[in-house]
Amino acid sequence: MLAPLSRALPLLVLLALAALPAMLSPYLMDLTVKILVSAIFALSLQLLVGTTGLVSLGHAAFLGIGAYVTVLGSPQGEGASLWWLLPAAVAGAAAYALFVGALSLRTRGVYFIMVTLAFAQMAYFVFHDTKLGGGSDGIYLYVRPTLALGGVQLLDLENKRHVYALVLASLAFTWGLLALLLRSRFGHALQGIRVNEARMRAVGFRTYGYKLAAFVIAGALAGLAGCLLAIQDGVVNPELLSWHESGAVLLMIILGGLGPLRGAVVGALAFTLLKELFASEGLVGPLAAHWQMTLGFTIIAFVALLPRGLVGIRWRKAATP
Amino acid sequence: MMQATQLTRRFGGLAAVNAVSLELQLGEVHAVIGTNGAGKSTLINLLSGELPLSSGQVRLDGEDITGWSQPRRARAGVGRSYQRTTIFDSFSVRENCRLSAQAALQQPWHLWQSAQRCTRSLAVADEALHAAGLADDAQRIAGTLSHGQKRQLEIAMCLATRPRVLLLDEPLAGMGAEETGRMLALLQSLKAGHAILLVEHDMDAVFRVADRITVMVNGEVIASDVPQRIREHPEVIVAYLGEAHA
Repeated sequence: MLAPLSRALPLLVLLALAALPAMLSPYLMDLTVKILVSAIFALSLQLLVGTTGLVSLGHAAFLGIGAYVTVLGSPQGEGASLWWLLPAAVAGAAAYALFVGALSLRTRGVYFIMVTLAFAQMAYFVFHDTKLGGGSDGIYLYVRPTLALGGVQLLDLENKRHVYALVLASLAFTWGLLALLLRSRFGHALQGIRVNEARMRAVGFRTYGYKLAAFVIAGALAGLAGCLLAIQDGVVNPELLSWHESGAVLLMIILGGLGPLRGAVVGALAFTLLKELFASEGLVGPLAAHWQMTLGFTIIAFVALLPRGLVGIRWRKAATP
Repeated sequence: MMQATQLTRRFGGLAAVNAVSLELQLGEVHAVIGTNGAGKSTLINLLSGELPLSSGQVRLDGEDITGWSQPRRARAGVGRSYQRTTIFDSFSVRENCRLSAQAALQQPWHLWQSAQRCTRSLAVADEALHAAGLADDAQRIAGTLSHGQKRQLEIAMCLATRPRVLLLDEPLAGMGAEETGRMLALLQSLKAGHAILLVEHDMDAVFRVADRITVMVNGEVIASDVPQRIREHPEVIVAYLGEAHA
């Protein structure tokens, strides 16, 4: 009874989300899109950390590159076509992920964390200190892209509802792709690498290739999230690539639960809502100016009390007979 | 089937394995015995490719595989087990073996096919579980097995890679008498289709199954012969077997 329900749950959530825009205020609509984009970003990191066991502290670099490609690829006077802009953003992020992964995956553990951080900081300073992307102030996306097929305009991303539809479809695509991947032989091999990489090599897996493939897929999906973020915000700046962002997305999946896909989505939801809550003067008064502190303590409490994250709550009850 | 010539591995100034040569043949259990620190596990690491050689040569069916990586050697038929159990604790027993079998038919781009429905690797896995006597425990989580069963799973995972050469690092460690008996029977049955290298501390067991014994002391081979002559070998008695076996 329970198994088919939990299998159908993602579909039900998707349907509910599709119906949501009709009843949301513009503020809540923006917030929901923000959560959905964060969920795509968190899902992309879940593949690396939760599935393969590769803790990266530089994942925001791929988000930022996807966002910058989107803005830099858009002409000032008219909207670019999403048909090539979105693949370009994904390909740009994937290309950098291939470069970073090829080098950083030669290290392990804490060294891997430091090397991924270093490569992300390198990308951060390229955008921060050069004229390429408008320097530290970033650049604006003057006209948002459009999606047309045979002369018929399918999406006009100046329209918020169209942005919502695009973001929701992207999240469904990301979830579907990762779910397919996790049940395949490729996904099982990645999980084997997380649990015991030495053994994987001993039975005949060239684990480096698997890890690199996972790194590039994760980077590409982060680039997709970055492209959507740029379309939603209409502006990009170097802070998107900063280690704060890399840390935040890592916190999302730890908060939600490492491993299962829903952990990433629940984590993105909880993290974004908590941040919104603690930064809201109407709700927490003068403490709002110190939201990093209150958010930090809350996350520490969550992690201490729920070692398996928010999605682990039910499991623990189910596990004890 | 597998020949090792003048294998040497140095860690800094220490030669953990020094100019060791040996040959593994189909239908033979070749035991390597020696005190702790004699270099037995290092020897397995060198043959399986887990550690690079300082000098020497490894050949498989006459082909020089010295430069091959560990995964490549594994796919070519060199299987190993570990002294300290290294299974996938959080996976089911069957998945442990299925994943090992998958190494032979990886095809990671087959994304639409569920790994749980990969009939080829499942068939190999079930065969290996049956051979190792774990068929009844296939659905259990590997981490919940008893110590002896984990050792059996260790062998089953090795078998699931369909190896021709088996490098077994103390498969009997920590096993009771009954489990030891079962494992030795398994080794006997595997002999026909495999070349087996057995590193083991249990002397009674070694003398029961081995066709040839190599004795190592401080990284060097001091004797290599059939069991009967090893028993009478003066240097071996002094260095290792001691009064009790003399």
